[in-house]
Amino acid sequence: MLEIRNLTKRFGGLTAVDDISFRVAKGHIHAVIGPNGAGKTTLVNTISGVYRSDGGSVWLDGADITDTPTDQLVYRGICRTFQNLEICGGMTVLENVMLGFDRYLSKGLWPTLLRSRRLLEDERRYTERAMHLLGLIGIRDYAHQEARNLSYGILKKLEIVRALATGPELLLLDEPVAGLNPRETAEVAELIRTIVADEVTVILIEHDMRMVMDLSDRITVMHFGKKLAEGTPEEIRNDPEVIEAYLGGRR
Amino acid sequence: MRALARRWNLRPALGVTALILALVPWMLSNDFYYEIAILALFNAMIAVGLNLLMGYAGQISLAHGAFAGLGGYIAAILTGRYGLAPLFSIAVSLGIMALLAYGLARPILRLRGHYLAMATLGVGIIVSIILNNEEELTGGTDGMSVESFSLFGHTFTESWEWYLLAALHLLVLLWLAQNLIESPLGRILRSLHDSERAPASVGVNVARYKSLVFVISVVVAALAGSLYAFFSGFISPQEAGFNRSIELVVMVVLGGMGRLYGAVIGAVILTLLPQLLTSFEDYQTLIYGAIIIGVMIFMPKGIVSLFDRWRRRG
Repeated sequence: MLEIRNLTKRFGGLTAVDDISFRVAKGHIHAVIGPNGAGKTTLVNTISGVYRSDGGSVWLDGADITDTPTDQLVYRGICRTFQNLEICGGMTVLENVMLGFDRYLSKGLWPTLLRSRRLLEDERRYTERAMHLLGLIGIRDYAHQEARNLSYGILKKLEIVRALATGPELLLLDEPVAGLNPRETAEVAELIRTIVADEVTVILIEHDMRMVMDLSDRITVMHFGKKLAEGTPEEIRNDPEVIEAYLGGRR
Repeated sequence: MRALARRWNLRPALGVTALILALVPWMLSNDFYYEIAILALFNAMIAVGLNLLMGYAGQISLAHGAFAGLGGYIAAILTGRYGLAPLFSIAVSLGIMALLAYGLARPILRLRGHYLAMATLGVGIIVSIILNNEEELTGGTDGMSVESFSLFGHTFTESWEWYLLAALHLLVLLWLAQNLIESPLGRILRSLHDSERAPASVGVNVARYKSLVFVISVVVAALAGSLYAFFSGFISPQEAGFNRSIELVVMVVLGGMGRLYGAVIGAVILTLLPQLLTSFEDYQTLIYGAIIIGVMIFMPKGIVSLFDRWRRRG
């Protein structure tokens, strides 16, 4: 489904993403792991059009989508979440999810100013869907609260729900359980399983090893911007180079 | 519909505003009072438009005084020098201002926070310089007189006619602004205030909507500026000066950022305040400043937040 070919991103003298290539199969959870500073988030930012790449390319179902801006990627079925939350704090939880439905809603100036019937009808329909999504992940009770007053765990979930609202085929999750307690982590893991069961492909950037090993179909390991290894969780677990990078083995 | 109705339902507020606007003329015993009331209404229009940009979308502008003034000048020049009908000249003026705003929006709205403030400040100063120096067209620092306003053969001379015109404009604007805020488009604008990455990540072309709200707010300012120029029969560069731009920003902040009726309250109070303080003569500006500082300390969310407290109790 997604293919990354020799993708490179440099910041001055530092090559944060160095000649990375891998393929993500449809319906898979493909994890990207690596120690802090390995370039995982830079990789996501380069794929999702936040950064402009310095080499290589990204292909979606045979189409070149290298350096497509984030907002246009949504219309091609790719949506992402952020390691450091990007939630609109001044809006309610429900409004944040409704923002996720944006691509399906009319933003024409005249229908808006004159409050067209269709606009109101769509708004009501999608509000119901938003409430349904919030119910699925168990944060429906917070729907009408301002996001800035809520806990980190709820907002992490909210961000995933908002991304789901865009109706993605490929979801890029950048450390979805960072900073969550074990119970919340388990809940998010469960959510990711449900998402994939709904035939959404997931690229999962994560630190939590147990979760990655449990969930992933394939794992790519990054180290100092380079690809260190790739394989099934079983292969990665037993790869001596990976063990050394993570645990700092003997030389 | 809960997603749309924000904090409190705005619909009754529009009715209350209409009622107040209908009752105010009973208190306006002479033309001078009328003049202040009309000025307050035009200021309220500009503040409502600026609030969409500043309060809702979170983009500051220190040039809206200049945009209002420039809109007024263009309409005045088109009627005075080229003999266009006032209504037509206002329409052309708004068209020109919309194009100008659109042209400015892309380069300027890439900037954020203080940098955006500096850039708009620069735009305002450039407009001011042009209006002061193009004496041929604008009459320079002395300003220029403006033809009287006529609509379908009827010339507006009475104060109450102007009051009615301004009040209707404000009510229609409030209704449209309210529809805008309570819509998917309005939700995008509010999201820009908190995070540009969030809307971009769900498919929103951020630059496009920033430009849109900028154009809307400039057109509203230019409309109020044009009408005011016709009303007062005279326009000078002061109308487009830096102080004027600051005054408009203060109206929005003092009334309540991101609150539709906050801008109206801010505009009305800031228009009336100098008049109420004239009896203090030398200390007028001092007291004026002290009141603004006091409001911002004790009501950081603006005067409109008083109504929230009152509502919670009730």
